[in-house]
Amino acid sequence: MTQLPTKPPQKKLGLVIDLDICVGCHACAVNCKEWNTGGHSAPLTDTDPFGPEPDGVWFNRIHTFEVQDKQEQTSQTVHVPKSCLHCEDAPCVTVCPTGASYKREEDGIVLVNADTCIGCKLCSWACPYGAREMDEVEGVMKKCTMCIDRIYNENLAEEERVPACVSTCPTGARHFGDLGDPDSDVSKLVAARDGFELMPEQGTKPVNRYLAPRQKRGGVTQSASCGSPQKDDVQPDAAGLLARWVDRILSD
Amino acid sequence: MHPAKSVIYFTTATGAGYGLFIWLALFGASGVIPADQIFGLVSFGIAFFLVVSGLLSSTLHLAHPERAWRALSQWRSSWLSREGVIAITTFLPLSLFAISWVLLGEVQGLARTIGALGAILCLGTVFCTAMIYASLKAIPAWNNVWVVPCYLIFALASGALLLSLLLAVFNLPGLGISLVVAVACLALGMLVKLICWSPQFATGTSSTSGTATGLGELGEVRLMEAPHTEANFLLKEMGFQIARKHARKLRRIAIVLGFVLPAIALGLALNIDGIAPLFWIIPAVLSHTIGIVTERWLFFAEAQHVVMLYYGQTEIGPEKTAKG
Repeated sequence: MTQLPTKPPQKKLGLVIDLDICVGCHACAVNCKEWNTGGHSAPLTDTDPFGPEPDGVWFNRIHTFEVQDKQEQTSQTVHVPKSCLHCEDAPCVTVCPTGASYKREEDGIVLVNADTCIGCKLCSWACPYGAREMDEVEGVMKKCTMCIDRIYNENLAEEERVPACVSTCPTGARHFGDLGDPDSDVSKLVAARDGFELMPEQGTKPVNRYLAPRQKRGGVTQSASCGSPQKDDVQPDAAGLLARWVDRILSD
Repeated sequence: MHPAKSVIYFTTATGAGYGLFIWLALFGASGVIPADQIFGLVSFGIAFFLVVSGLLSSTLHLAHPERAWRALSQWRSSWLSREGVIAITTFLPLSLFAISWVLLGEVQGLARTIGALGAILCLGTVFCTAMIYASLKAIPAWNNVWVVPCYLIFALASGALLLSLLLAVFNLPGLGISLVVAVACLALGMLVKLICWSPQFATGTSSTSGTATGLGELGEVRLMEAPHTEANFLLKEMGFQIARKHARKLRRIAIVLGFVLPAIALGLALNIDGIAPLFWIIPAVLSHTIGIVTERWLFFAEAQHVVMLYYGQTEIGPEKTAKG
């Protein structure tokens, strides 16, 4: 049913994504595609995959931003992996006219029933995050399932019972757990690092949290000297003997 | 947003059809226009055609039209579902009212009540159609309190124009009142649309690339590299760009053709007899049609979705001054 659960979900399964250590390798997106094209919402179809205009359904997209601090004249590159945030007030669920879109009471995961979806696309309009992508081949909406076919899968070894994106991340930037339980590892991580929501002003109450890049060692000035283009005010005294000697000959 | 032809036709045609129903019911029930059977047959025929073809157009636009009946189930939360339910319910009083008018040639007693009920349900359907768009917070241009009044008044204006045309064709009494009502609706429609477009009155939530990434506190956030090199569903559906290039010109076209010229033409059609008013009313209807389709195309094409903050936009919020 497209009404949100009346009782608060018993669990709030979600992801915590650490923007400090994500290197933007897209492995999460690739492994997500690989797993899910055979998973609950299979297949994740592609059109023209090897042609000039490839297109297809992905649950995970990694956007790379430049964050520029105009005052300190520094800038940094931050990779922002984005997938469904399994919002508590999911607007994609309430707009669904058929009941195909729903939020599970037991764990808060937002899913689409492909058998009743009419492909009206309204849920994709309602989602501020672009988490839903239309499968043009099958004519139904698809989205991240939080890998329900992994996390509860008793045929997998226990350490593999996490979403595909989490299991594959080479830097450990993605964490999975119950964000409704204040004592869970993910909740503690969010508390320790002031985890934040994306676009809180949209009022969707996302479950997934993001962790901001840490301040660089030695503060902003240190990161400025190694992070931004060097200026010409070189200190010759800091150089080695040979360099100082060459510098003295050449500078006039 | 991608301006799908089916949805533009759906919203404009059902608007005009329901508008025509409303005025037929009100003028018929109050005795302003006589219950002429041939006039009724043609008028209700046109109104039913507009509404049914519009609703079918929106249904065929679905990827799975054979499952469309399921859309009637979620009326408790979904405006799209509510629209479907009320649109189907509306057919009952409208059909009874049309039968009474066309077959019995009279609008008396119970038929009047049924007509009035039908008119209210027509307004309700247009209201639900508008709310499908107005309830989407992620599209600030639509999440504007002035969007619903626009839809309602445009439906009434289109309906009054069509009624004037039909009354002139059949040379029936009531044309004068119908023309005055149409001019009033056009004037009000133009006013509400201009308010809807003006930055001072627009409501809605603003989001930025800073809030979309949560990195706003660290500095100015600018997209450096998109996740993919080719357009995906999100960019095709919500990254529509063409309209903004000519937005200002297209807005002028919508206002002049949709409202100003028809209102002037209808004003000139007042107080003349015979078939002479038709020479003003026919161009007015054609001009209004082009204008309202332009307006509806702009409504979709101009609206920006906040997901574009992940694709290079830095701020998306309520109405700003249009460019071009």
